[in-house]
Amino acid sequence: MRLEPIVNPSLARTLAPPALAIAGTVVIASLLAMLAGANPFSVLGLILKGAFGSQFALLETLNRATPLIFTGLAVAVAFRARLWNIGAEAQLYAGALVVAILGAGLLDWPAILLLPTMAILAMIAGAVLLLIPALLKVRLGVDEVVTTLLINFIFLLFVSMLLEGALKDPMGMGWPKSARLIEEARLPRIIDGLRLHWGFGLALISAVIVWIIGARTTLGYEMRAVGLNREAAEFAGIPVSRVLIKTALLSGGLAALAGYSEVAGLKGSLTLDLSPGFGYTGIIVAMLALLNPLGVIAAALFVAGIFVGADSMSRAVGVPTYLADIMLATALLLMVVAILLTRFRVVRE
Amino acid sequence: MHHHKEAQVVLRLDQITKTFGALTANDAVGFTLHEGEVIALLGENGAGKTTLMNILFGQYTADRGTVEVMGRALPPGNPRAALDAGVGMVHQHFTLADNMTVLENVTLGTRPLWSLGQRRTAARARIVQLADDFKLSVDPDARVGTLTVGERQRVEILKALYRDARILILDEPTAVLTPQETTDLFETLRKAVALGLSIVFISHKLHEVMAISDRVIILRHGRVVHEGATGDTDPQDLAARMVGGEVAAPKAAPGTPGAPLLALSGVSTPDRGAAPGLKSLDFSLLAGQITGLAGVSGNGQGALADLIGGMIRPASGTLSLAGADVTSWTPRTAVQAGIARIPEDRHKTGTIADFDLTENAILEGYAGAPFSRHGWMNWSAAKAFSEDIITRYDVRCPGPTTRIRLLSGGNMQKLILGRVMEGEPQIILANQPVRGLDIGAVNYVHSQLLKARDRGAAVLLISEDLDEIMALSDVIHVISEGRLSPPFARGTMTPADLGVWMAGHGFVEAAHAS
Repeated sequence: MRLEPIVNPSLARTLAPPALAIAGTVVIASLLAMLAGANPFSVLGLILKGAFGSQFALLETLNRATPLIFTGLAVAVAFRARLWNIGAEAQLYAGALVVAILGAGLLDWPAILLLPTMAILAMIAGAVLLLIPALLKVRLGVDEVVTTLLINFIFLLFVSMLLEGALKDPMGMGWPKSARLIEEARLPRIIDGLRLHWGFGLALISAVIVWIIGARTTLGYEMRAVGLNREAAEFAGIPVSRVLIKTALLSGGLAALAGYSEVAGLKGSLTLDLSPGFGYTGIIVAMLALLNPLGVIAAALFVAGIFVGADSMSRAVGVPTYLADIMLATALLLMVVAILLTRFRVVRE
Repeated sequence: MHHHKEAQVVLRLDQITKTFGALTANDAVGFTLHEGEVIALLGENGAGKTTLMNILFGQYTADRGTVEVMGRALPPGNPRAALDAGVGMVHQHFTLADNMTVLENVTLGTRPLWSLGQRRTAARARIVQLADDFKLSVDPDARVGTLTVGERQRVEILKALYRDARILILDEPTAVLTPQETTDLFETLRKAVALGLSIVFISHKLHEVMAISDRVIILRHGRVVHEGATGDTDPQDLAARMVGGEVAAPKAAPGTPGAPLLALSGVSTPDRGAAPGLKSLDFSLLAGQITGLAGVSGNGQGALADLIGGMIRPASGTLSLAGADVTSWTPRTAVQAGIARIPEDRHKTGTIADFDLTENAILEGYAGAPFSRHGWMNWSAAKAFSEDIITRYDVRCPGPTTRIRLLSGGNMQKLILGRVMEGEPQIILANQPVRGLDIGAVNYVHSQLLKARDRGAAVLLISEDLDEIMALSDVIHVISEGRLSPPFARGTMTPADLGVWMAGHGFVEAAHAS
């Protein structure tokens, strides 16, 4: 068996990968559910119902999707330019840290001033965190995969140190958590009475802005050129290093907004379990979205739906929630294979 | 062909058909090769030569048709089958391990590794014998990394002979050789034929085809359009059959040189791996003149092109553009200063394969008016620009939204030409502008360069093809080991004279003389 390139893939072939990946994921998840001794149809039904089946479930899914949209966008922006940002997790915490410090009473401003200020400073913090590996990359050729990944561990330990020390909530009964935010530092709900905060709205707006940057600005054009062929971009006079730095700033800032929205919108204080790996899951989201900013919204909803749905399914029939992790991993792997099949056809000897 | 009537048929390709989607790369192609015969396989780029060879070597499986070696059919899609049957291929890009010796390279893969020690002496004796029989002078203990390109090619041929090849297929073997090395290669090939080997010679160079082959087969659009004895034809006839019409080569009347537009003085650059850097070059490009830079590839042409294109800066020495110092410029300032750059590798550096024609057309100009303003792209201006190039430079394509990877090399090059020539640039850097193009596209590119010269532009033409250099250049420099020969005026040097310089000899004599 060999792979032969397809010169001009049809529309159906282009749209096939996500469909195939989802279908394959469902089949494999069903088999696993059977192994766990449950009826696969009821398991899948419960996941679907738990994710989208009620107003409560839907809002829960949207809340869960919010940080994933931000980290997914961060990864998509960076990967487009072939800047391998594996550090969205640390950048998320950088944004969260800024909110936890400024929003717990340090700045006693009205919400209309405080919220944008915190957002901007959070983005700067995330951007700076990715700026370091990006500079090391363009100046010294240091592999950013290694540096961004390692900064995750360093930065989480740093946050942990602060939560055990300087930032520890005196009213926190000894728990390693920061003091609660003041009311002005909390993101309001989109609709009164519904448990969905403006972080979600900000995520949607961010996706649209990132899409516009990609399609309509010189920066977007430069980022795509650098990602597709760095040598040709350099030859044509595109300032490759500067483009990579700008990409890093944008990517780091987007990831930091995930932390901002989680602390200011959902949690109200910073703890070490703020993110169950949103930074890493962002990579899956971005890949499922084929690095398309608007696709990130759909992919984040899909991923969040599986997590939320699996939680609820697990409570009902006792199949472990690890099923969700397996489903995501399967979806990603199948997606990679399916993308290959849109570009190549298998030839049997 | 008549004297081959009795000779045994060693290779027979019959009715080979291969399609890729809508494209028919080979359409019922067939030919026979006899013992002791040299066939030249001619064809424009995209005519189907590579596909045919890939089928012969089992890289592709034909939709229809058979390959027979020595009367036995080869199983399709098995790369080892052709090798085992005695077919050896010398690729354009060598497949040698630089850090191993000639002996190790030749014997690599022919027997189990653990017997390396015992049979080394026997292997060496065999290689020395083969080298002697075929006039392939090369030291068996030299590391391949230290060999010249010509010597490496000999190692490739030795490799095939060591595996008992009875049929040699050479893909563009002279593209990288000096005229002297080409003469040596032809001598080896004649020896091989005398010893009963058969040869398929793939080439673009018509006079070489005339010199070495017994029969010529021409492919066009995947079909055999001509097959006949070499003696019955001439280069003009072959060229016409390749493109399917009379070829009008641009007439290069001498130019009238003006003031120096770009001057390099005492410029040196560091070596780049095996490629030498420039050694204290003094050199200027005059308006209204084509300056040809001849030389075997990898002798500093890349460094010179990068320097003028703004990709690198000299370690010492200065560049000046119409008197102003531009030593520390960048690709963008070079473009803005009116330098048109046609890069050596149009796939890797000239275009972005997955960008469409419009996106590729504005690659150098996107940052300014009319394509963008305050960081916002004006895509309709960009589209209008690429449509204009498509019309005026005759780029054959489905439209401006086609990804450029789907275009042929010639059409890709026309887009690049359109991109760089639009602003009537005063300095044109053409690095291998016609490499791999078909004759129609070659003539088009050349006529564009001549037109630019006639309106007063200074053109630097870098090429490994002496014919091209001699046909177009008003003045020729030879580059060897990063050193530049004195300028030779049009018509004062024969190819053999230039070959001496290309091989690096003139410089020594000049040094002695001075």
